[in-house]
Amino acid sequence: MKNPIGNLNKIFDSRIRLGVMSILMVNEEISFNDLKQLMEVTDGNLASHLINLEENGFIKVHKGFIGRKTNTTYSITKAGEKAFKEHIEALENMIKGVK
Amino acid sequence: MQETNAPFEALQDIKKMMERSSRFISLSGWSGIMAGSCALVAAYITSIRIHCWEIGDCLFSKLTGDGAEALKLELFTIAGLTFVAAFTLAFIFTYRRSKKNKVPIWDATVKRLMWSVMIPLIAGAFMLLRMIELEQYQLIAPGCLIFYGIALLNASKYTLGEIRFLGYGQLILGILNLWYESYGLHFWALGFGVLHIIYGVWMWWKYER
Repeated sequence: MKNPIGNLNKIFDSRIRLGVMSILMVNEEISFNDLKQLMEVTDGNLASHLINLEENGFIKVHKGFIGRKTNTTYSITKAGEKAFKEHIEALENMIKGVK
Repeated sequence: MQETNAPFEALQDIKKMMERSSRFISLSGWSGIMAGSCALVAAYITSIRIHCWEIGDCLFSKLTGDGAEALKLELFTIAGLTFVAAFTLAFIFTYRRSKKNKVPIWDATVKRLMWSVMIPLIAGAFMLLRMIELEQYQLIAPGCLIFYGIALLNASKYTLGEIRFLGYGQLILGILNLWYESYGLHFWALGFGVLHIIYGVWMWWKYER
């Protein structure tokens, strides 16, 4: 039998990264501030996790402006969607395996 | 234990974040109860005013053209005040609940919710204004119910999903009302008054008790 834990994505071990991915699965686009409010984390903490996800090619960053203020928004990539779905499947298999 | 619970908790987290980021969940049952009460009071006042106009016992008489205009103006005022009162009360109770849940009252989910409600309502408002111009008064109550029902169905994707049942209820009443056109005010009171209150109590019972 294949080891189900092997399919778990290490990148999603972090609750914050998993949370960001969950939010981006159901929202086409979301701003940094909205993410911060939803996740209840600090700027710096969120930013470092977002960079990590971006470097892995799971999310796309769009830098824009509202008036003079910067407005950075994020969306999920095809690769990100695929990785997230596989991660959920692995979690489900683990639960099935336990029972 | 830690290991067996971890995947389950992760899935719970995922579900929570998906819901919280896509739906505005602070809509309070009290908002429905208050809006419904406003509607009932307004329907009652309206029925008294229309009745006294019909028997010619008002400040204005049925016999003169001025009488009809005065009644129209009065009914418009009642409608406007009802809308403002219902909306304000609904807002206050939902605002209180969002404070309690510690979620912002104005975020992406609220904006989406507002747009999804407003677009069918604005389209409906044009339709109803034109009906008034053409003096098709019998179709105003069913028009209100049908467009409001559509607005609620549209909104159900972005807030507590149960609101769609309120939408179905308004739609059914509105469609029935098209053929029982002389009972417009009764249907209106049933839809905007009674259904709102039932929905509000149900939501309060389910989520806020």
